[in-house]
Amino acid sequence: MKSFSYVRPSDVDTAIAAVAADPAGSYLGGGTNLVDLMKLGVAAPGLLVDVSGLPLTEVTPTPEGGLSVGANVRNSDLAAHPLVRARYPALSQALLAGASGQLRNAATTGGNLLQRTRCLYFQDVGKPCNKREPGTGCPAREGVHRDLAVLGHSAHCVATHPSDMAVALAALDAAVRLRGPDESERTVPVTDFHRLPGDSPERDTVLEHGELITAVELPAPAPGRSAYRKARDRASYAFALVSVAAALDVRGGTVRSARLAFGGLAHKPWRARAAEEALVGAEATEESFGRAADAELSAAEPLRDNAFKVELARNLAVRVLASLAAPGGPDAPAAGPAPGARPPGPNSGS
Amino acid sequence: MERTHSAGPALGAPAVRLEGMAKVTGTARYAFEHTPAGAAYAWPVAATVPCGRVTEVHVNEALSEPGAVAVLTHVNAPRLGECEDPILWVLQDDRVPHRGWCVALAVADTPEAACAMAAAVRVEYETWEPDTVLTADHPGLYACEEANGGAVGSRERGDFDASYGSAPVRIDATYTMGALHNHPMEPHAATAEWQGGALTVHDSSQGATTVQRMLAPLFGLEEERVTVISEHVGGGFGAKGTPRPQVVLAAMAARHTGRPVKLALPRAHMACAVGHRAPTIQRVRLGAGEDGVITALAHEVVTQTSKVKEFVEQAAVPARTMYTSPNSRTTHRVAALDVPTPSWMRAPGEASGMYALESAMDELAERAGLDPVELRVRNEPEVEPDSGKPFSSRQLIAALREGARRFGWYERDPRPRSRREGRLLIGTGVASSTYPVLMTASRAEARTEPGDVFRVRVNATDIGTGARTVLAQVAADALDVPLDRVSIDIGSSSLPAAPLAGGSSGTASWGWAVDKACRALRARLDEFGGEVPAAGLTAVADTSAELEKEAASPYAKHSFGAQFAEVQVDVDSGEARVRRLLGVFAAGRILNSRTAHSQFIGGMTMGLGMALLEGSTLDPVFGDFAERDLASYHVPACADLPRMEAHWLDEDDGRLNPMGSKGIGEIGIVGTAAAIGNAVYHATGVRFRELPLHPDRILAGLGRST
Repeated sequence: MKSFSYVRPSDVDTAIAAVAADPAGSYLGGGTNLVDLMKLGVAAPGLLVDVSGLPLTEVTPTPEGGLSVGANVRNSDLAAHPLVRARYPALSQALLAGASGQLRNAATTGGNLLQRTRCLYFQDVGKPCNKREPGTGCPAREGVHRDLAVLGHSAHCVATHPSDMAVALAALDAAVRLRGPDESERTVPVTDFHRLPGDSPERDTVLEHGELITAVELPAPAPGRSAYRKARDRASYAFALVSVAAALDVRGGTVRSARLAFGGLAHKPWRARAAEEALVGAEATEESFGRAADAELSAAEPLRDNAFKVELARNLAVRVLASLAAPGGPDAPAAGPAPGARPPGPNSGS
Repeated sequence: MERTHSAGPALGAPAVRLEGMAKVTGTARYAFEHTPAGAAYAWPVAATVPCGRVTEVHVNEALSEPGAVAVLTHVNAPRLGECEDPILWVLQDDRVPHRGWCVALAVADTPEAACAMAAAVRVEYETWEPDTVLTADHPGLYACEEANGGAVGSRERGDFDASYGSAPVRIDATYTMGALHNHPMEPHAATAEWQGGALTVHDSSQGATTVQRMLAPLFGLEEERVTVISEHVGGGFGAKGTPRPQVVLAAMAARHTGRPVKLALPRAHMACAVGHRAPTIQRVRLGAGEDGVITALAHEVVTQTSKVKEFVEQAAVPARTMYTSPNSRTTHRVAALDVPTPSWMRAPGEASGMYALESAMDELAERAGLDPVELRVRNEPEVEPDSGKPFSSRQLIAALREGARRFGWYERDPRPRSRREGRLLIGTGVASSTYPVLMTASRAEARTEPGDVFRVRVNATDIGTGARTVLAQVAADALDVPLDRVSIDIGSSSLPAAPLAGGSSGTASWGWAVDKACRALRARLDEFGGEVPAAGLTAVADTSAELEKEAASPYAKHSFGAQFAEVQVDVDSGEARVRRLLGVFAAGRILNSRTAHSQFIGGMTMGLGMALLEGSTLDPVFGDFAERDLASYHVPACADLPRMEAHWLDEDDGRLNPMGSKGIGEIGIVGTAAAIGNAVYHATGVRFRELPLHPDRILAGLGRST
């Protein structure tokens, strides 16, 4: 491991100034991903600015009826927060679907957004990777890519963003509050925060060097209900093959508003605007949910071994939307289908 | 030879692990946790090309790292002596037989510095086009003489072709599985120290005597000059059965630097460096009468090995034992590829082979219109089909029936895809298990002094199985004393020589010697009227003669079992999850009900991983396994195992050993994957013949079926 400097400031602007002043500086949140990457030689920051001591730990209701979530709020705390559970169930479910209990206890809201892809080539310094070392090539495109992108990828990178939380945030119209050097502040919608790879896959987000995530802001919950569903190889502690976050408002059998985002399909949480457009005003039936999903997924360009993700995404979208539309409420379980423990939902017997 | 068992109070009891407290409080030291004064740390540099040779190693940058001690390469590393296992022939020449092969070793004052040095070593290669992809028609396939375990590679009884050709009911199916990795929690690690020409290593190994015997000629030493200690081992599952490169590298680095050296393999190196279960392509053909009785059986295995050495997963071997098969063909063909070397992984041969055979049995049951349990009952052989020997005991049918009763097997509607709960398809499946009874000669010593406990010494290894505790129980009963009057020493080559923990043979092999030594000591004690003389009493035992007789036994000796699974398959996501797993085993006398239960469910858990989760991709371009950590190589998590039960039948087999035991470390994994796969078929109506049953495969299959 390369040696590095480490500081743990107690105020935000000192932290920002420290990273801004050092081109090799990096923030350290819960460390659940960055420390691993340092051990693997994938990341080699010269300066770690540990932000875990910054006072960004509160979940605060906003005057607009939303929530402001401090960047240091731990994933497990956010998932369990009564207001999150009551008003943003998709977010709570997404958080609980991620990682393991130990990791959720350590991982922070800000850090979760900034975790890197788990593409196997990115994590192996013995192999080329445009994201890790621009210009070296992308062996995943022809290589082992079952878990990788079907939407929005480029010749340079087919990585997926691994976060569950970010998918729910994208669907819930959340925004990321950023503070930069010289006390500059800006707010970026989560849907614009992560980038598509294009020809610069080394950049995951629009964050400028030195900018710090201070909070995630959730607007007042949209009418209707929300839910998250994740499909994965292993029942816990596995990244999504595909996940779906949705918020749906149905009245009189007609969709009034819909918000839909996919995880596991792209370099960023994939907000499904085309599907939403197709949903609004449509009948709340499985057929129209399927058509809406198709409207979004027709843009998919699967690789040799991941075409299943298109069907999987469609199936999950239809199922989550149907559960949200059903009179009894969503049956999407909080942490994936617990074997044998899943209560029969309103669709049982169909 | 019939024997009567000792029937003391210790054996069979759920004695708690003697070292349990030390382990959970962290005082039990594993190989890497010994730090001799002045120890340096080593970090291997793994080849980053699929095959070729090293043309240049640039070490200056590495040697300029703070704390750098040395870089060993094939140019400057100590020359090794004779070696019967070429995977240990490290840093001796420039060849790169596969990606991940050790091409240099960085040594530094700290592990961090060693890691940094390893990253700074720059290796130049001449590379060759690799041959990495196994296919059923690979031109390099050849019929091996011997498969692992000494089994003959190919064998034919009767006339398979004719019998199969005329059979009214036939199954012809091919089952495929990729590599599986042992991935014990404790990585392969060693601490080596030279003192005056003698070598002492703490090695994470399944057998310190084996390591000692391998290291001595490698380093040109008499065996007495090599001490190997494996006091506590955090799992092995076969991957530590024979010495692995870490112990040779640590000893070389210690000799080269003149300092004690510690080395723990990084997890990311393990998939390529320490063995794995080889991928297999298995074709099974079953020909039967209308009554389901098998007349023709062919199990033909295609697998791969590396160009370093031949290791052949003996997947066709259990078909030689399991069922009536007057006409039988069992073959192994192997291709040597530019890939990492496969090796032992829990139940090598049985785990993979019984997946295919027991899946085919399920297909045959359906084709013949028979219940799968009944089909197996009808094909129960009177003697072992290949050897013609009677079984010393065989309770396969009893295990199937007991399992069926406990599981509620007959409550099911046998029609595929007949049970649905909402979006979930539910199914149940069954498969048989088997594992041979293996034993090897061992030595042991028992000693006592006035006022002291009984001290038993044997170089057994406890890799987490509970062996230490069980051997103390064996000793207590043989001595006819309470368990707390026995003190046991294992895990060092300074103790009486003993075989490794492998092949489910440890307890039987070591236990026999312990039993013999303790009985001899008790006899000596009786000679003294029960009073321990001032000089103390010692008895030593060696079971070589007994094991020689054993080799000529007229009996076929195997454990048997039955596995039952209930699964749910989500039609939307393709996720298959196990709801219930139940195993019933007939494995001789169970010597410790607590640790035995753990062994059974541990094996079943690994079988579940094999069926549903553990996916390893050999990257055809790079020639290594793409999944290199426990985040991407999915071993089961607690959430994958909601309900698991292991039971066993009383089995009083007097033809085994003084304890009447058969060995239980491996049978738990055997049959599990087939039971789960058969349950997935029952749930979905789709035969999946490739493991693991990941959602993408299941979705594709469900799509085809509708």
